[in-house]
Amino acid sequence: MAQVLIRSLNKTFEEAHVVKNVNLEIRDKEFMVLVGPSGCGKTTTLRMVAGLESITSGQVLIGDTVVNELSPMDRDIAMVFQNYALYPHMSVYDNMAFGLKMRKFDRAEIGKRVQEAAEILGIGDYLQRKPRQLSGGQRQRVALGRAIVRHPEVFLFDEPLSNLDAKLRVQMRVELKKLHDRLGTTAIYVTHDQVEAMTLGDRVVVMKDGAVQQVGEPLELYNAPANRFVAGFIGSPAMNFASVQLSAANGALHAAREGLDIEVPRPIADRLGRHRGAEVTMGIRPEDLRVAAPSDPDGLCFEAAVEVVERLGSEILLDLHVGGETMVAAVEPTLRAKRGDRLRLAVNPDRLHFFDRASEAAI
Amino acid sequence: MIEGARWRRWVFFYVPLSGFIVALLFPFYWMAVTTVRPDRELYRPWMAPNYTPFWTLHPTLDHIRDLLTGTLFSTWMLNTLFISITATLISLFCGLLAGYALSRLKFPFAGSLGTLIFVTYLVPQTLLFIPLADIIRNFHLGDSPWSLILTYPTFLIPFCTWLLMGYFKAIPKELEECARIDGATRWKAMVYIIFPIAVPGILSAGIFAFTLSWNEFIYALVFLSSPDEKTVPVGVTSELIRGDVFFWGELMAGALFGSIPVAMIYSFFVEYYVAGLTGSVKG
Repeated sequence: MAQVLIRSLNKTFEEAHVVKNVNLEIRDKEFMVLVGPSGCGKTTTLRMVAGLESITSGQVLIGDTVVNELSPMDRDIAMVFQNYALYPHMSVYDNMAFGLKMRKFDRAEIGKRVQEAAEILGIGDYLQRKPRQLSGGQRQRVALGRAIVRHPEVFLFDEPLSNLDAKLRVQMRVELKKLHDRLGTTAIYVTHDQVEAMTLGDRVVVMKDGAVQQVGEPLELYNAPANRFVAGFIGSPAMNFASVQLSAANGALHAAREGLDIEVPRPIADRLGRHRGAEVTMGIRPEDLRVAAPSDPDGLCFEAAVEVVERLGSEILLDLHVGGETMVAAVEPTLRAKRGDRLRLAVNPDRLHFFDRASEAAI
Repeated sequence: MIEGARWRRWVFFYVPLSGFIVALLFPFYWMAVTTVRPDRELYRPWMAPNYTPFWTLHPTLDHIRDLLTGTLFSTWMLNTLFISITATLISLFCGLLAGYALSRLKFPFAGSLGTLIFVTYLVPQTLLFIPLADIIRNFHLGDSPWSLILTYPTFLIPFCTWLLMGYFKAIPKELEECARIDGATRWKAMVYIIFPIAVPGILSAGIFAFTLSWNEFIYALVFLSSPDEKTVPVGVTSELIRGDVFFWGELMAGALFGSIPVAMIYSFFVEYYVAGLTGSVKG
């Protein structure tokens, strides 16, 4: 059993408060991803779990043990670093065996475990090479191998894929996922890439300025973001935001601004009741916009001018001008549109998001 | 090759380079020629018709024989070797630990301590030997190799510390963190991971320290007085210049043999040495 509990964790560097009251429960065998922009405190949190950074206040528990005062070696963790941190003067075999040697395993067991890990990762042919003779992807595998030979309770990953090129990153992402499914070890993974977070994580923690914004399964974050920051961070291209005035007309709630007047469907309107007459932020994901059919009701449509057309093959991204605001829409790849065209677009009414102007929390 | 490149290479590369090589190697050549030149040629006036300053037609080993049998040269060599190696080892050991601590450990005043150590290196030896002489006298170490073994580190340790500190700083911190997660204590991480990676830096610090001690003159001149305790630089200059008579052949033989060990060490470790000074850590 190796769940990781983080209780009221704080970290201050001199004046800067970089991790603010973080509470997390990482369940046994779970793959938890910490994601956020650089400087949001995700790496510092991970390093406190690893024991590489002292804890200002709060508690970290691995299994049932409070590890605050334990040195990194006594926490039964393995960590993979962004720059791989392979020992340059040792062969691949010795790199992987180092942790076992330090823990006084006997030779036969070390050999067995290294072979086993090398087989899983497909690096059996390079065991006698030095790290500098390996490519980036191979180095990454060795770094992973060094972590898995120890059979630790918890894996910690600190942006392990960000030094790889885009194609290799996707490939290693899949392999990491397979590896976790196979080993079933609890893992905490730090990244700034929301795609990595969404694809790898059983659950994802979004952090900003040292504080947790939301914890949830990937689709939960996507479908029901807790605040404007999470809404804008998760999903690519990012969600469109527009400030709108809420007003009641003809027995329905309307969210309106210059060039835009959307009739808010009933279930959402009920939630917005308290904000009637106020100005709020409305969010629409690019993929929830489409070119309107003549049958679409006017209450769900608006007109926009095309500014830029980006053809991605599988879809087209349109940069649109809507009453002084820019919006992005992801539409069918068959659409013929060019700069300056005026289009009538329809929103998916069930997937409108509203956020409070002041607190930015979801309504 | 582009038009005119050939003469350009000659003018801007080969000719200046040859100039440098000649200027640098000529003293060694002069030492070698003077060593094997018989005395009657050495004291021949420059306007003599058979005056040949740059070569000799009657090479002789007399001066070398005189140096080895008539003086304590072999004792001086052994003294110098013993003093240089011991002082270098002491300084390397202290420099390694100090350099590591200053580059990796967080403790109060670490930065100012580093600067302070560097400042001690800047105090000229020509001033420092006066108080040091007093200390040597108080500890009754005068005229023994330990007077030098214990005083050379005053300039070797700051030097080694600074060179190694820079080298340690270039080694990624993650390597050590990874080793500590892998189960190594700080000491083991240092010994198994950091020091092996820092071998080029350690070697170049060692070579430098050895050369500095080998060539050191002032302390050796002041602290040692009996002929059989002297080091090569002091022994050669004090015993082979008697009054105002310079025994040029023996002097040059001494200088030539005295520079051989240093030249050998440099040529053995030249690759490490260059890597150490340019501070390259290959990942």
